[in-house]
Amino acid sequence: MKTLLSGNEAIARGAYEYGCVFATAYPGTPSTEILENIAKYKEIKSQWGPNEKVAMEVAIGAAMAGARSLCAMKHVGVNVAADPLMSFAFMEVKGGFVLVSADDPGMHSSQNEQDNRNYGKFAKVPVLDPSDSAEAKRFVGKAFEISETFHAPVILRTTTRTSHGKSLVELGEPMERRVSGFEKNFEKLVVLPMNAKKLRVEAEARLRKLEALAEKTDLNFEEKGKGNIGFITSGIAHVHLKEVFPDAPILKIGMPYPLPMEKIRDFVSRFDRVIVVEELDPFIEEQILAAGIHVEGKNLIPGIWELNPEIIRDVLEKENIISAKKRTENPKAEAIPRPPVFCPGCPHLGIFHALKKAKAQIITGDIGCYTLAAIPPFNAMDTCVCMGASIGNAIGIEKATGSGIGIAAVIGDSTFTHSGLTGLVDAIMNNSHITIVISDNSITAMTGGQPDPRTGWDIHLQPNTIIDFEIVARAMGVEHVYPVDPTDMAPTFEVVKRELEADHLSVIISQAPCVLYPKKVKRDKFFTFTDNCTACSMCSRINCQAITRSSELTDKGRNKWQINVDLCTGCGLCIQMCKFDAIRPISRKGE
Amino acid sequence: MANTNILLVGVGGQGILLASEVMSEVFRRAGLDVKKSEVHGMAQRGGVVSSHVRFGEKVYSPMIEEGDADILLSFELMEALRWEHYLKPDAFVATSNVRMVPPICNSGKIIYPDNTGETLKKVRPEAIILDIENTLKKVGNTKVTNVIMLGVLSTIMEFQETAWLDVVKEAVPPKLIDVNINAFAAGRELLKNKTG
Repeated sequence: MKTLLSGNEAIARGAYEYGCVFATAYPGTPSTEILENIAKYKEIKSQWGPNEKVAMEVAIGAAMAGARSLCAMKHVGVNVAADPLMSFAFMEVKGGFVLVSADDPGMHSSQNEQDNRNYGKFAKVPVLDPSDSAEAKRFVGKAFEISETFHAPVILRTTTRTSHGKSLVELGEPMERRVSGFEKNFEKLVVLPMNAKKLRVEAEARLRKLEALAEKTDLNFEEKGKGNIGFITSGIAHVHLKEVFPDAPILKIGMPYPLPMEKIRDFVSRFDRVIVVEELDPFIEEQILAAGIHVEGKNLIPGIWELNPEIIRDVLEKENIISAKKRTENPKAEAIPRPPVFCPGCPHLGIFHALKKAKAQIITGDIGCYTLAAIPPFNAMDTCVCMGASIGNAIGIEKATGSGIGIAAVIGDSTFTHSGLTGLVDAIMNNSHITIVISDNSITAMTGGQPDPRTGWDIHLQPNTIIDFEIVARAMGVEHVYPVDPTDMAPTFEVVKRELEADHLSVIISQAPCVLYPKKVKRDKFFTFTDNCTACSMCSRINCQAITRSSELTDKGRNKWQINVDLCTGCGLCIQMCKFDAIRPISRKGE
Repeated sequence: MANTNILLVGVGGQGILLASEVMSEVFRRAGLDVKKSEVHGMAQRGGVVSSHVRFGEKVYSPMIEEGDADILLSFELMEALRWEHYLKPDAFVATSNVRMVPPICNSGKIIYPDNTGETLKKVRPEAIILDIENTLKKVGNTKVTNVIMLGVLSTIMEFQETAWLDVVKEAVPPKLIDVNINAFAAGRELLKNKTG
């Protein structure tokens, strides 16, 4: 029987069916659900890592112990994990090792667009690129096999639409899980230059063997079609191409690195014209051109954003390869914008309100829900580069301009333990006088509420030790460490203002739980007692989704404000803004 | 037979993903090929959400092309207008009458027009604007727009009512099964009254 699975669920199922013993990851869209689903199979040992580098190192350790091991992350996560990846790439892999890189073409939920197939070429390791969920599952098994046969880590690369798209998958029985145990192997497991130089040569020989595999593996196959124009395609681009031109003669590439160059040479020789249809970089195309084989590709297909059937249809129609489809040109109707916003009652609202009110001159930011503070109506974040960058950026601005006064670095709890701790070390080492604000909601919220070192339990809900940021900062030698509750506005503002103006390093820990995760916060909600509302608009300054203008007017004809009780979480920020007793708890409504 | 393309749109938090899951499962159980696609992450935070569901004999791409949707189910009035250009000329369009005013309107510079329903009717005269606001009150739960919309959809499709209800019952928490059965029935009634 076939089941409907997302690519991420299918990869988890693949891990289960193909003998994966250990899996780890750091959450990041569109990869997060891979480990969340693996955790449902109790046969597989699974855990979140504090960042991708550590996760990869832990997964490498499991593979060294002879266990099939999988490590999942989003595309930018591989940048963080690139250090262990590039060394491990030359080492001898014992238990199969699969790195899942979930790329995000079109940047639906990412700070950049990058094509991680390039990491395969860079690290000289094979890359598999599935087109749908059925392939995603099957490729996990293939990846483990190749990894163990050639003693190489294998990259399984997906993109947003393969990760989150759902399609039918035939389920299979799980195979046996084995752990052969750790064996000392100085020459293969210790990359001192004396060993690494030999491994470097072996990596080239391994690549030649992988090229031979590419020619015969069923990961790459031909689909017969009509006409004298052929197509080479892989990943999600394959199904988009089939959608607009089902009869296309296709060489379908499941392993874009290394490529089956003889197979390609033969395929190309049989057509008048061959077009490479691939998402993002001309990764396949450039390798083919470098082999002296003429193909087209990025002269026709865009190299940025995600592909879709329309884009491919336009190209094929323009090139007279398919007949023009009858289209309806619907003019786009005018709709008001609806940018993403903070949840009602979000604790980040309180701390950003304090930072704005205290007139922070520069706020360097980081990656998480709180990055939403950068856009209107807050406009309270001036930089955002990558995980953990807020602290380093703030220090750099301070050093260049000569003063740390008025400069705040805002970072979430998961991001702080991911990459912020070393930023704090830099601040201490170099006598920085910035204000670091850890906006601690004790969960990884943006990606859907994964436990982090502040949550108190692991992926299996087993209790663990909560890392105390106050003790950590003090132990590192920071003198000015101030925990605040961002839902208590006056004292929070006082601390933020004082520390921004002070000429010393301070760490403010703004702690209050996320309103969504681990479970929706339920408190006494508020309503607007409109008799008292003067439409002064102070309550609207906290930028809560639940507060909107009502149709009721004041004597002066201004629209009063109203609270949407369905959205209100009872955080109480608005009641602290109101000077006219116009906002009251629902429990007092009858009074 | 050509594939059927269903587009579900609305605002983050309205349960669109659950609705698209349920209908996809109904189509799968009927022995059809199904693909669906949506984007998770940042957009969920009160932003625009859309889900593409495609089913038929053989589906290749999980994405609906612009101008190619057969059915639009919109969980919020403005969102129907935003996605209208995705539809075929003869598409079935049903939208909730619920207006969710985004905080961006608080400054007063951007206004959610009162006549959004009329604007929609102008560009898409056959659009059905459903009184979800009152239906939610009748059902007694503000979180069941998704299952009401499934009820609406079920009346224009050839699958058995029980096929839908079986999946709905499995998809919702046990203590919410009854309210969701009521929501589904209310959705079916809505369209009957509208067209009858």
